[in-house]
Amino acid sequence: MRLLRMKPGHGEVLIAEGDVEVAEQELELIEAFRAQLDRGMWAAVPVVAPDGRRQAELVRDFGEIPRDAERVIFFPRAAGGR
Amino acid sequence: MVAALGVCAVVALVLAWDLMSPALRPALGNWRGRRLPGWGEDVASYDPGRERRAEHRARELLRSCVDQEDWEMYRDLGFLRVWGSDGSGTGAGHGVAPYAYLIYPHKPIVAYVPRSSRLLSEYCVDFPDHERPFGSVRLPPSDDVLAKWMALTADEHRLIENANLHLAGRQLDPDAIRSDIAALSRWERERQRDVGSLRAP
Repeated sequence: MRLLRMKPGHGEVLIAEGDVEVAEQELELIEAFRAQLDRGMWAAVPVVAPDGRRQAELVRDFGEIPRDAERVIFFPRAAGGR
Repeated sequence: MVAALGVCAVVALVLAWDLMSPALRPALGNWRGRRLPGWGEDVASYDPGRERRAEHRARELLRSCVDQEDWEMYRDLGFLRVWGSDGSGTGAGHGVAPYAYLIYPHKPIVAYVPRSSRLLSEYCVDFPDHERPFGSVRLPPSDDVLAKWMALTADEHRLIENANLHLAGRQLDPDAIRSDIAALSRWERERQRDVGSLRAP
């Protein structure tokens, strides 16, 4: 699983990468996941819906991420614009 | 006597300001500008090459997340359409939902009725990164589109609640939007025709 974060002036940045089936690596992923949420990021997981269409799921807890997810993408939380 | 001297002093000051103002105004403008928060950061740190590379990465990420058809729509037309999730029974969802959204980079999301092309509203939403890693809070354009797409497809209501709602036409030209909707219809017809011709024996 890879944790990616969108950044102005850069595009996505790799925050962490690891195998959720390996306890140590999972802990590192959980720590990195929480750090991004603490910074005010939203976390989304790209998934394929039952009808075959691609979509995303917003997750607030590491446990909500499907175990087989390849990527979690962090992006700044939405704010009302002008 | 004192009054006359006072009047003369005022006149002298006005004349002096009039003569010196062309030279002083730019300097005054710069001084005011420097007092604004973040002045100079965006300009000094702006690197067109870096922004281009960032946008290239963002486009690849977007491409890897959305359906092939949606990617081609964005590549060819410059916007994405997302179907609304609300509706009655089986009426909601892809292709048959009563409403849909158009997602543009760094512009409001537009809600409209596909059957009639009637524009409903504009949802103004940003994803500002206050850490300003390179002096700007703005994501690359395609990251902005992907963020809107992910938020809309994951939790439409949450995104809409965070957006500022305005009547259609407040920021975006309604004629331009209708033109985009018409272009999308043409694009879909041509795509279906091409797919059909590929499938034909």
